[in-house]
Order: sequence, then C-alpha cells, then structure tokens
Amino acid sequence: MAESAHATHGDHHEQSFFIKYLWSTDHKIIGMQYLFTGMFMALIGGFFAYAFRMQLAFPGLDIPGWGTMTPPNYNALVTNHGTIMIFWVAMPVLIAAFGNFLIPLMIGCDDMVFPRLNRLSYQVFLLSTLVLLASFFVPGGAFGGAWTAYPPLSAQATYNLTPWGAPLWLLAVALEFAAFLMGGINFITTTMNSRAPGMKMHDIPMVVWMIVLASIIFMLSVGPLFAGAIMLFFDQVLGTGFFDPARGGDPVLWQHMFWFFGHPEVYVVLLPAMGIVIDIITVFARKKFFAYKVVLYTTFAAGVASFTVWAHHQFIAGIDPRMAHIFTVTTLMISVPIAVIVFCSIATLYGGSIRFTTPMLWALAFIFEFLLGGVTGIYLGAAGADIYFHDSYFVLAHFHYTFFPIAIIGTFAAVTYWFPKMFGRHMNETLGKIHFWGTVIPFNLIFIPLFILGLAGQHRRIYNFSMYPDLAKPEFQDLRVLATVSLIVMLAFQFVFLFNFFASMIKGRKAEKNPYDANTLEWTTESPPPHGNWKELPSVYRGPYEYSVPGRADDFWPQNEPS
Amino acid sequence: MFEAFRVEALSTFASDIDDVIILVTVLVGFWFLLAQAALLGFCVHFRQRDGRKAQYIAGEGKKQLSWITIPLALIVLCDVYIAVVDGPVWKKVKETLPEADRVVRVIGQQWAWTFVHPGPDGKLDTADDIETVGELHVEVGKVHHFELSSRDVLHSFSVPVFRLKQDAIPGRKIVGWFEPTGTGTYDIQCTEICGIGHGLMPARIHIETPEQHAAWMSERSQTLLASTTSPRAGQE
Repeated sequence: MAESAHATHGDHHEQSFFIKYLWSTDHKIIGMQYLFTGMFMALIGGFFAYAFRMQLAFPGLDIPGWGTMTPPNYNALVTNHGTIMIFWVAMPVLIAAFGNFLIPLMIGCDDMVFPRLNRLSYQVFLLSTLVLLASFFVPGGAFGGAWTAYPPLSAQATYNLTPWGAPLWLLAVALEFAAFLMGGINFITTTMNSRAPGMKMHDIPMVVWMIVLASIIFMLSVGPLFAGAIMLFFDQVLGTGFFDPARGGDPVLWQHMFWFFGHPEVYVVLLPAMGIVIDIITVFARKKFFAYKVVLYTTFAAGVASFTVWAHHQFIAGIDPRMAHIFTVTTLMISVPIAVIVFCSIATLYGGSIRFTTPMLWALAFIFEFLLGGVTGIYLGAAGADIYFHDSYFVLAHFHYTFFPIAIIGTFAAVTYWFPKMFGRHMNETLGKIHFWGTVIPFNLIFIPLFILGLAGQHRRIYNFSMYPDLAKPEFQDLRVLATVSLIVMLAFQFVFLFNFFASMIKGRKAEKNPYDANTLEWTTESPPPHGNWKELPSVYRGPYEYSVPGRADDFWPQNEPS
Repeated sequence: MFEAFRVEALSTFASDIDDVIILVTVLVGFWFLLAQAALLGFCVHFRQRDGRKAQYIAGEGKKQLSWITIPLALIVLCDVYIAVVDGPVWKKVKETLPEADRVVRVIGQQWAWTFVHPGPDGKLDTADDIETVGELHVEVGKVHHFELSSRDVLHSFSVPVFRLKQDAIPGRKIVGWFEPTGTGTYDIQCTEICGIGHGLMPARIHIETPEQHAAWMSERSQTLLASTTSPRAGQE
C-alpha cells in the first residue's frame, strides 16, 4: 500500500489544488491538516473561554465580541469549550497531527501502511468538525449539558431544550471517535511493521512509543463509550429509554461508559505530550534519556492501570459507597507510574548541558506545571476529601493544570521544536520567548485563583454567583476578575505566536537538515522532507538518545550513522 | 486576606474531611516541593557552560535506578497512608447511618430545591409536614437523615459547611445523614449541571437552635393552617 501511495506522490505537480490537498495520502500533509484544524478549533475554544470568563468577572456585561450572556449561552459555551479543547484540539494536534507527521519520519519509512485509511480518517474528522460547528446554528442552539453529557439531561429535549444541538453534538463526537480509531490503527500498525532496518523495539523514540500506546489505550477504551453514544443517540432521537429510569433505564450506566473511556482518555492525551517533552529534553540537555526501558514498561503499566480508576469520577454519583475504597486505592496508586515518568524526565536533566531554547522552555514548563496538576489529583482520588471537592472549582483548576500543560504547553513545545522540519524555516527565538512567558505566567494567574475559589466551596457551571450569598463576597469577585484579566492577557499573547508562526513560515531563517544536532531519523532528511521522505530510506544502528557518549568528538550520534 | 475564603466546618464529619485534606496537603506538598526544587536546581546548575560536556548516564543498574526506586517506595507509603486515613472518613460519611432524630426530604427538580420537613409531630407524610422551596431548616445537635430524590434530571445536593455532597437521581431515593454542630444560614448548592437554570437554583440552609426551630415551625404551621383553610373557602 505504501508503494501505491508513493506512486501517487510522484505525479503530484499535475494534480489540482483540490486533489492535492483534499485527497493527498501523504502523512505529512494529513498531519498539517490536523494541525491547522486543531489550531483553528483552539481559537474557537479560547474565544469561548474569553466569553464565559467575562460573564463570570462582570456578570451581565455586554461582552465585546459576544453580547449579553444568557444562561443557555453560558451552558453551551462551557460545554463546547471542554468538548473542543479535548476532542478537537488535544486529540487532533497531539496524536493525529504529530503522530502523522512524526511516526514515518522517526521510524524511517515513506508513509503510513494504510495511506487511504489515513486520508479517510482526516475526512471523517473534518466532517465531525463541521457537524459540531453546525450545532451552533440550529433551532434551540448548541448543546449545553456539559462535555460529560449526563442523561437524563442530555437524553431528552424536554430537559435540555436543545432538540437539535444535543444529537448533533453527540453525532460529532461519535464521528470524531471513528476518525481517531482509523488514525490510531495506522499509528500502531505502521510502527510495528515499517521501522527502518535495524530499529529494534528499544530504539524507537519515546514520542513514537507514547503515541502508539495512546492509540492502543484509545482503541481499547472507546468501544463502551461508542456503544453508549449510540444508545444515548437512540434515547434522544428514537425515544428509547436506555438511560431513562421511568422506563427501566439507568442514568448512572452512562457515567460508567463515559468514564471507562474518559479516564483512559486523560492518558491518551497525556502520553504523547510526555513523549514530546522527553524527546525535547534529551536534545537540549544533550543527555541520554534516564532509564528508557523502565519508563517504557512503566507507561505500559500506567496504561493498564488507567482502566481501573474510572469510578473516582462517580464517588458521590450514587454508586455503591463501598466501591469507593477500591477506586481510592487504584487512583492513589496510579500516581506511582506517573511519578516514574516525571522523575526520570527530571533525572535526565542531571549532569546535562542545558540549552534554554524556546522548545526546551516549553518542555520544562510542562513538567513544572503538570506537577501541580498531578499532585492535586490526590485530593480528588481520596474519596473522603472528594466529597468536598467534587464538582467544585478545585476540580476545574486541577484538570486545567493537567490538560493545559498537555494540550497547550505540549503543543507549543512540539510546534516550536519541529517547525524547522515541517516548514524548512526557523521560528524567531525572541518572539518565541515573549510568547512563552506571556502564556505561562498568565496561565498560573488564571488557575491559582480558581484553586482558592474551589477551596472556598465555589461550584462549577454557574453563570452568575451573585445568587449565592456565601460566594458573592467582594473578595471572591476580585479573584474572578483576576482570573479573567489573566486569561485576556494570555489570549492576547497568542497573537505573538500566530504572527511568529505564519511570518516564519514565509520569511524565517532557512533551516538545515539537523539544526539541533539531534539523533532521531527525522533530522536526517531535508527540511521539509520531500515526498517519500528520503531518497534512500535510512538504516538504524543505535537507540535515539546517544548524546554526549564518552570518547566521541561530537556530543550526538545519529541513529542512522554506522558505527 | 484568606479569612474571607474560609468555609466553616459545621457538621460532625466536616473536620474529619478537613483533616484528610490537610494530611494530603502535607504529604503531597513535600513531594511537590522536592520535585520542583530538583527541576529548578538542575536547570540552574546544569545550564550550558563553556568547556563543560554533558555526562553520559543511562539510568540502568540498581545504583542509578535507586534515585527513582527509593522515592517511589516512599510515595507508595504515602499513598497507602492517605488511603488508610481516608477510608474510615468516607465510611463514616457515606456508609454508616446513625439513628435519626429527624428525617427531611430533599427533592431536586428543574430548577429548584424542595424540602419537606416533618411538622410538630416529628413524622413525614402527615398533614402537618412543612414543605418549602429554597430553604431547609434544621436543628443544631440533631442527627438528620435526608431522603434525596429528583423529579427530572440529575442534581447534586451540596452543603459546603457540612462538607456534604450527594447526587440526586430520578427514580431512586438516596438516604444520607448529617449532624449540624453550629448555627447560622448558609448556601445549599446544586453541583450537577441540570439544564439552563442550573445557576438559578440556589437554596439556603438555616441551622437553628431548638428554640429558633420551634418558633419557625409554629409560625409555618399557622401559615400552613391558614393557607389550607382560607383559600378553599374563597374558591367556593
């Protein structure tokens, strides 16, 4: 199949723009399409955050760019902010975009093993995107029942008042899952079958392993949710009663199906970001990755363990309270493999020669911020403490301290690091650093106030706290304003990135093959790589992290260089 | 400045939950600070400097891996300790049901909380029941059971000063308990999104002394009596 895909590339100059970009089976073009679609959706998700944070800081204000915020508006925006940021930003960018772009280039082959399936994956994803966007323009407006879509609210239009928005939302999510299943099958098969001669399992770069493991976890966890989505769709559209207690259904069943997928999903997006960070840290610390095999097998274990923690989202949801003890133990224990990965990343810095380039700053910031997200999870894993924190702003701040490093910091790390390979030019370092500090500092000033509000009992998804006397104190409002202002500052700095990104694409300094003196195979071909990736496919002689090997003049040792 | 954000602990289990939170803060706080110190310390100490090459450390072998295994063993200990302390607290709040002095009914619906209090006879489902919307009256020092249900979608009955939270599910009656230890008026929240009016269903809990509670009950019984007799006369 890869052969036939290659043949199609050969005569690309005869193809029209439409054929070239909509029907291309080149993994790099598909990766770019995922990247740009993801970035576009991130702008929408960010705009939603701006709109609802303005309402929280200045209730009733005529919000510039939005207007007056009604309660249905507010619910639709928080629902779709979450949905978009996880399913239409984190997934397409971290897994699909970088999985597509990097896997063939890092394992040394010319394309995915199923290039047409890969193409179909993006087309279905694009369709899912259009369906989701369309749900904002239907009678009743977009779905507003939270990204977790708990029935009966999500199941019956008489409750959610979005007769079109709710089914369209569900359809979009289901299509998106189908798209990522196709992509994931490609990532797994390609990595297992198409590696360059000589590349053994332990010579695969961590980022590739992590994307493969994420794809496996996704594949194993999404089934129940897919079934659940179809049942919920039937409840919405055909009037079945799978989740309707009045007709013998059970709404809590959905929660099990959702979180059986939903918690592994955290690892689905976390692992690729971890892999990106590991690869960047080794390059800019000029260090071998600390305990490659230990981390690899620990990650396997974390993947398995991630299937055993889901009910910690449901401690107070009406499940048998005795179950909480089991899920408390599994949840606390999953901190162990995650700690291994983080500790080994930090240990890699020991004895290094660290260069603080823009991608390295992002990678280090990932660890710095993710640590707070990780440790605050322990509060929520302990069932007793969770009684107080469940559905409070503490939870919200906690998972933003995990998802923001993953989806945003991880993405910026990857984009700034692989930009020269993707576009053949360098991004501007000064603008890159301005954007870095302008993003990371406001990020903390958004969510640390929200931790405090959560500790003080502020609950989620409320569009106006003035009706709650205990939460309407001026000190609370000050923190809400601080978070909103910080968000606006952070969003404003994203224009620095957009300018840098597009201007560098046209006018940036030309990139050589291997600007960072890195070891992995993508740096052995042209920047950007031609169709088919290499004139002659590389062979591999060693692992990806042989930096600063004693006795060598160079502090790097490319994987394809014969000993 | 943090005084404004303190949430009073007014149930018999509130301080137990606070103790778990404090324990977690101490234990994870230690590891958090240690990891950040290592991260920042390495960044400063091992920054690129002229004439210094990075070391080659594979992280293999027992000696090098002990950098990781020893902290991990300690982390497992911390996790176990948290679970051991947390378990009984959860059990006390959610798995035990001390004998009730009074039973109240809590009903969630789009978009209001309805509360049914037993009247002077102390029993539910009698003529003197007191039904209110948006306000729950309880008496300090008495063990209350609450019978939680929903008329439509999921809601969640949350009383931050009690550290109490429980989802309400249509078709089910979930029984829980609390025993107030102090008086005052505080927020009751719905913490599960329940539709466009989710933000519009605030309620208040009035924790009263026995005298205050008796006074409220007799006042309500009179209005109840008045409302059940006079309007009917008017209609006819």
